[in-house]
Amino acid sequence: MYAYDEIDRTLVNERVAEFRDQVKRRLSGELTEDEFKMLRLQNGVYLQLHAYMFRVAIPYGTLSSKQLRRLAHVARRYDRGYGHFTTRQNIQFNWIKLAELPDALADLAEVGIHAMQTSGNNTRNVTSDQWAGVAPGEIEDPRIWSEILRQYTTLHPEFSFLPRKFKFAITASAHDRAAIKIHDIGLRLHKNEAGETGFEVLVGGGLGRTPFIGKTIKPFVHGRDLLSYVEAIMRVYNQYGRRDNIYKARIKILVHELGIEKFAAEVEEEWQQMRDGALKLDDEVVEDIRSRFSYPAYEKLPHMPDELRKAAQDPKFEAWRTNSVFPHKVRGYAIVAISLKPVGGPPGDATADQMDALADIADKYSFGEIRVGHEQNLALPHIARRDLPALWKALDKIGLATPNVNLVSDIIACPGLDYCSLANARSIPIAQELTRRFANHDTANLIGRLHINISGCINACGHHHVGHIGILGVEKNGEEFYQITIGGRADEQAELGVLIGPAVKYGEVADVIEDIVEAYLALRARPDELFVDTVKRLGVEPFRERVYATR
Amino acid sequence: MPLVKGGKITEDPFVHAVDGAELPAEGSVLVSAARFLENPEALFARSGKVGVIWPNSRDVDDLVPHLDRLGVVALVFPTFRDGRAYSQARLLRERYLYRGELRATGQVLRDQFVFMLRAGFDAFDVKKQADAEAFAQTVQRYSVFYQPTGDGRITALHRRMQLRHSESAGL
Amino acid sequence: MTSPLEQKKIRIAGPSIVTANRTWDGAVIYRTAGRAWSPELSDAAIVRTSGDARALLAESVADDLGAIGAYIAPVEIDDGGRIEPGNLREQIRRSGVTIGLPVQV
Repeated sequence: MYAYDEIDRTLVNERVAEFRDQVKRRLSGELTEDEFKMLRLQNGVYLQLHAYMFRVAIPYGTLSSKQLRRLAHVARRYDRGYGHFTTRQNIQFNWIKLAELPDALADLAEVGIHAMQTSGNNTRNVTSDQWAGVAPGEIEDPRIWSEILRQYTTLHPEFSFLPRKFKFAITASAHDRAAIKIHDIGLRLHKNEAGETGFEVLVGGGLGRTPFIGKTIKPFVHGRDLLSYVEAIMRVYNQYGRRDNIYKARIKILVHELGIEKFAAEVEEEWQQMRDGALKLDDEVVEDIRSRFSYPAYEKLPHMPDELRKAAQDPKFEAWRTNSVFPHKVRGYAIVAISLKPVGGPPGDATADQMDALADIADKYSFGEIRVGHEQNLALPHIARRDLPALWKALDKIGLATPNVNLVSDIIACPGLDYCSLANARSIPIAQELTRRFANHDTANLIGRLHINISGCINACGHHHVGHIGILGVEKNGEEFYQITIGGRADEQAELGVLIGPAVKYGEVADVIEDIVEAYLALRARPDELFVDTVKRLGVEPFRERVYATR
Repeated sequence: MPLVKGGKITEDPFVHAVDGAELPAEGSVLVSAARFLENPEALFARSGKVGVIWPNSRDVDDLVPHLDRLGVVALVFPTFRDGRAYSQARLLRERYLYRGELRATGQVLRDQFVFMLRAGFDAFDVKKQADAEAFAQTVQRYSVFYQPTGDGRITALHRRMQLRHSESAGL
Repeated sequence: MTSPLEQKKIRIAGPSIVTANRTWDGAVIYRTAGRAWSPELSDAAIVRTSGDARALLAESVADDLGAIGAYIAPVEIDDGGRIEPGNLREQIRRSGVTIGLPVQV
């Protein structure tokens, strides 16, 4: 966990004071909405269907129990008792009042939480692997670099009014849990032949109206050059990104229109002029940031403690353990995934009561630390294996032990037309129905890992393009219809899904998904051939036939 | 549109000459980039100073050869949301070492003053009187800055290093 | 339910109203005939021609302090003369989300 110091806290407080002044001037009429809108977006304040929505940053998905309790407090005091975790490791509150926002921000600032740049045409939350710092085989903790980038991009005077939003993601593991290939800048931390830490830099990934998988612009940028290289990319984008059409304003369009070679050359030309300047990171500075990340004092513990051996008799516990518990880099410990996808529930939501209870659980079992993943689930990163049975009981009591992580009912969905003013169709009820259809855990386990992503409009906040099954809500003659894609992936083998056929009505979506799953079960080469691999092997045709035979 | 310079509202010695209109006989003039580039020498030959309004859609390269003779370079924010002039400003100050007046024009509002100062602007053609009057107070909003620009303000990263060194030196 | 934020031309297909969100708290509001806003759909001024719709919208947008995001939305008038939302989006804005909230407040 990164510890804010006086300097970090001062900045957050100065930001709160500034926003308080801006809200005051808006509500007095001194600022028009046209002048104010971008300012409120820069503090994470959207207008949605029913109310304002407030998006709070959780930098690289790491929270302390104290911070989680304060989020619960905001949910209770300023909202309707719950929050929604997003596909960018942030949290959203849906019923916030503008007039009360400065107070909510001040309450959050006390525990080092802010909402800077969670919206607007600037650089957004730097996201990372939710298992950072504890994943086996990780090269080094990517959060150190995420924090360096977070500070560099916060209130950057040159890049606060970009053509469009700009998103970073960093991974340091072979298996990319941060989806770096669908980000404006994706960074893959690795070591060169000399053993030095650096990054493969990818640019131009992104979904929405024109989805693109990111392209490698430079295979190795030394850690000390990270910020200068990023500045070169951003300066080229700030100057040449399109500003005439918001649908063509992301860096992915600039990269596509110039071609990656020409874009890389523009960046290189800029970079060569400033690479040895003030942005060069010296080791001392990197070590200072590294030193302010604290890690638990792990005990020396056995891999198979008695508590665990005994609890293995309980089938319910075992079902959860085999689903939600993952290997940890330290022997005797585990990473525990917490599903926020209960059967029949809206995906990714947690109540204030659940947040408070989870904070207590984290204090007791996880050294006070919680993680947020882009799959809209949470994680406890430091669980002693001997504590797993007790932990499970505690989670089960508060409804956070659904053993469906990574399975068909672990659905990623945007808020959709129930909340969002950009949406064409609802997404949450589709997700809820699907969790009901696939509520049987034996069935879900039989199916295996299967990621369903649902977006309520082409802005693709549900990342449907990279779902194993993607569902996109569209509108036809005032009715909700859904396009279905299959074969997408968000990881190191990132790929866009392929449409299987004409859009289907709201009431038929769950049936169609069941047909697709049935087709997969019939067609898979072996029980352990994943859905997404069967699609890769056979293509879309057999699935299309199955779904549209009787439609 | 009050001009703010040195933290307060001041008289503007430059007269803006619209394209096609005759230049005033004497005194400092502010002209468009197109007009300037047609015949820079003729403009410099006049008794007053020369200023150029440079569009935000054009690289500053063509302006660079003339920088040490210009009295003002005015950059443009067509809307406050169009941030291209921030890059232009930093390049002019930090790469091309322009030392003259760098003026922000267009939709120049209070809530961007700090960004503009950090990017190297030192004169502001402020849209609203109230904003111009609040300039000195507004620029004190922030004391912490994470990233280096040419403004010389120490970054948070380096301030920490300083504090660490002074701690370990027992100060 | 194509987002009305993408409305460019103002052309109405039937009885319509102007709706927005209240600036200070974001609550859903409807433009009344008395140049005011009401949280009740039943108080909304109904327009039936594109010209009237344009005029009502212009007047609504001019109240920059009271309301944001004003746009024209379709309604249905039932036999009893009651105004009902004209599409799912407006239904949701009036009645709230179609799903159970995690916490019933």
